[in-house]
Amino acid sequence: MIGLEHYLTLAAMLFVLSVAGIIINRRNLILLLMCVELMLLAVNFNFVAFSRYLGDETGQVFVFFILTVAAAEAAIGLAILVVLFRNRRSIAVKELNTLKG
Amino acid sequence: MLFQTILFYTFAAVMLGAALGVVFSRNPVHSVMLLVLTFFQAAMLWLLAEAEFLAIVLVLVYVGAVMVLFLFVVMMLDVNIEAAKRGISRLAVPGIAIALLMVVELMQLIWLRGKGEVGSGGFAPTPEGYSNTKALGSVLYTEHVFAFEMAAVILLLAIIAAITLTMRKRPGLKVQNIAEQVAVQAKDRVRIVKMDAEKKQ
Repeated sequence: MIGLEHYLTLAAMLFVLSVAGIIINRRNLILLLMCVELMLLAVNFNFVAFSRYLGDETGQVFVFFILTVAAAEAAIGLAILVVLFRNRRSIAVKELNTLKG
Repeated sequence: MLFQTILFYTFAAVMLGAALGVVFSRNPVHSVMLLVLTFFQAAMLWLLAEAEFLAIVLVLVYVGAVMVLFLFVVMMLDVNIEAAKRGISRLAVPGIAIALLMVVELMQLIWLRGKGEVGSGGFAPTPEGYSNTKALGSVLYTEHVFAFEMAAVILLLAIIAAITLTMRKRPGLKVQNIAEQVAVQAKDRVRIVKMDAEKKQ
């Protein structure tokens, strides 16, 4: 019987995988953005699973808003990426050291 | 019930495999394609959990819009794949170690600590004639209508921000100035020169 635990486990694996992706992929800013999208998907999994488990639709409404914000984030992030690439001809994270942070 | 279990494990396996591909693929275009597959499998799993509206929205919004945008940008930016191949392995070991640690902790939390508090078994079946879309709408447009309007404002903000960030004025571009064209008068265009008549030869 597939229940809450199975969905939570799957979401945990997906989240951990995207965390590993963010640590590993330092060469490409696009991949970092994609890993953030994967993370948001994992969080949405938890929301959907708990919403179904508790029989409360508010969790699914929250997923709706997360999807909206994630779409806005992707649009702005990719716009920044395009501007960055125009100026630097590179999107490697290692070379983004102008601010000396 | 067994059929649903088999479907769940199949979709979950494909989804995790595709997510692995996203993280470890060399080519960014392959990564985007595998991310599309991941989102598709996630939508299938949400369908299995009877969250039908969100499953369709995930396919329409994510696969249809966001991933296509990603694909556009990946193909537009001429990223050097050969140069990107180097320098991956140094952080791979600590990254995977952190991931394994986190997954062990989360599994322990979900399966051992949650035992007894979280009731096992499947999700409660929805009543006859239940419509997921209708139920979501009735909550969204009553209790959360302010948040809904805020989401609209956020989308507008994203449109404006993305356009202002990426729009650029290139020098030397030949463009029409409509106002100038309309406001022009005959004396601006025709110059009458007074001169003596030429003699016939």
